[in-house]
Amino acid sequence: MKKFVALLLAALMAVSLFAGCGASGDEGTTPQTEATGSASGDEGTTPQSESTDSANAGSEAPALKIGMTGPLTGSTSEYGLAVRGGMEIAVEEINAMGGLQIEFRAEDDEADGSDKAVSAYNTLKDWGMQIFAGAVTTGSSLAIAAETVNDQIFMLTPSASAADVAMTGPNIYQMCFTDPNQGASAAELMAQEWPEAVIGVIYDSSDAYSSGIADGFLSKAEELGLNVAVDDAAFTADNKADLSTQVTQCKDAGCDMVFLPFYYTEAAQVLTYADTIGYQPTFFGCDGMDGILNVEGFDTSLAEGLVLMTPFDANATDEATVSFVTKFKENNDGKIPNQFAADGYDVIYALYDACVAAGIDGNTPAEEACQLLQEQFATLTIDGLTGKGMTWDENGMIAKDPAAVVVTDGVYVPLG
Amino acid sequence: MQVLQYLINGISIGAVYAIIALGYTMVYGIAKMLNFAHGDVIMVGAYISFCVTNYLGLPAIVSVIAAMGVCTILGIIIEKLAYKPLRGTSSLAVLITAIGVSYFLQNAAQLIWSSSPKNFTSIVTMDPIALFDGRLIITGEVLVTVLISALVMVGLTLFTGKTKTGKAMRAVSEDRDAAQLMGINVNQTISTTFAIGSALAAIAGVLLCSTVPTLMPTTGSMPGIRAFTAAVLGGIGSIPGAMLGGILLGIIETLSKAYLSTQFSDAIVFSVLIIILLVKPAGLLGKQVQEKV
Repeated sequence: MKKFVALLLAALMAVSLFAGCGASGDEGTTPQTEATGSASGDEGTTPQSESTDSANAGSEAPALKIGMTGPLTGSTSEYGLAVRGGMEIAVEEINAMGGLQIEFRAEDDEADGSDKAVSAYNTLKDWGMQIFAGAVTTGSSLAIAAETVNDQIFMLTPSASAADVAMTGPNIYQMCFTDPNQGASAAELMAQEWPEAVIGVIYDSSDAYSSGIADGFLSKAEELGLNVAVDDAAFTADNKADLSTQVTQCKDAGCDMVFLPFYYTEAAQVLTYADTIGYQPTFFGCDGMDGILNVEGFDTSLAEGLVLMTPFDANATDEATVSFVTKFKENNDGKIPNQFAADGYDVIYALYDACVAAGIDGNTPAEEACQLLQEQFATLTIDGLTGKGMTWDENGMIAKDPAAVVVTDGVYVPLG
Repeated sequence: MQVLQYLINGISIGAVYAIIALGYTMVYGIAKMLNFAHGDVIMVGAYISFCVTNYLGLPAIVSVIAAMGVCTILGIIIEKLAYKPLRGTSSLAVLITAIGVSYFLQNAAQLIWSSSPKNFTSIVTMDPIALFDGRLIITGEVLVTVLISALVMVGLTLFTGKTKTGKAMRAVSEDRDAAQLMGINVNQTISTTFAIGSALAAIAGVLLCSTVPTLMPTTGSMPGIRAFTAAVLGGIGSIPGAMLGGILLGIIETLSKAYLSTQFSDAIVFSVLIIILLVKPAGLLGKQVQEKV
């Protein structure tokens, strides 16, 4: 009897151990089912799909495994889900074409800058990831970047814009502008369109993205001889609840152009306060401003005349954008894709083009793929949703033309 | 003229801190605990008001009443479930529970309303008053916030001074055991305190978001901490102290942002707090209680 009890207890413990594993593996299950979902989605269209499904057992080359991490839950999940949504569309399209097949898996890193991001990355590595298409946020990307250098896994981040990410190693590339580059191109654009403007800059000094752009902008503005009247109206994460002082400073200095290199969350607040006190300069934002028109409860008439630099405009009428927006809406309850989704889409296509050119498939070891992709990216030119003729420099930073839009009657209209 | 404008901005945000601080002070004074979830009750109040005006299309005043109702019930539930079972245990246990409740509320809000920010439409429809050719602007929000916080302060002072429940609160605050012996229902009194504190939080939430329109699940946490600072500055447990502390904090913060440094304004605010506490450990209007040994 005692033995039986002991056995029962041991069995229970073993079961509970597995239960523990199940719970911690949960995060992976959802994306994984989606991965198989996208693979089985093309079952009807291509005869090859069966070999994709039973990838490991098949005699043909198995599907190429691309992994991504991003905040799929939590306060920044907006970005992670958008990137994942964009990537899934690209994977579906590529798998439907036949030829090289892709197996895609997304893991949740909760935009964490340390262990959570690395463990999400490790989960992908255990899964057999050959190419890493993440992470979404700069903090997570920095944490993972060092790991990819050690592991020699090629990394192309859709949206981590800090210059430090690309500088971590030769195997790391970016799909979006680096922050200082974006600031510099904003200054160039201003010099071209509004050379006489009296400029005020408000930025978040506690945020790498915002201060990176502001630094790039200020040094370029000095070089171009722009009239920057207010350059120290900064705020921090702890005191951003009230930005009225910074707006008042710009107003008192007589600025007729206010540069807002931060996210739309705070920008909505700046625009509302400026309207309350009857201050009407031209506001100029960066890609983080994209999304301001979709803030619930925000009076879009306040954003009238707002200029923002965004590589992607969901209202554009070219065929590629229209098709992407339609598919994204279908998959995501009618949600309109933002530039993060477009970045994700372009990342998968850039990787696909490079892999096809280099002959990389599911059998290529990650280290070898990393070498081959680095050679490819040195000469690769991509036309995507976020730009035409995009190339990469030796540091892995992207070169593309900056695009700006003006908010007119509640929609984006290309500048100029 | 600039100074005046910054002063007005400071008073405006300070009056919001003051209302939040009143909630902290009341609960601390009577239940002798720091309710760190207070800031998040504010956030819930703002969300309720947002939903009532934006989804149901009801007028602003109804939304404020709805927010007060929901927050009052929420406050009582939190007190009954999380704090009451711990009454009599170490104050550290209650403090940690309060932090837990705070996280619980934030994450629940994230699940219900999602993490993407909402833009709160101000409940004040008054046009701003422009003086000196528009060089000095007093927004309607400033007037309403200052007026309401002054009203709330006077109301609370009268309530604790004149009504039976208010007197019971003061008795519990002075000596819980003695109050119980005098036939005061301590549990009920503490529940009432939480109810009032949470209703105030709802008002604070609506006013905070009318001044600063961004509404997110974390909206309440930073103002909550600042208001706590304000309560300590004014003397925790003192109702006029909370008001004074809140307004002072708002003014110091705004002026240091405007004239010293926007980035170091927090450091300056908290340095002032440290200096005041060194000189007057009980806060500006706090009562110095002699410990008899």
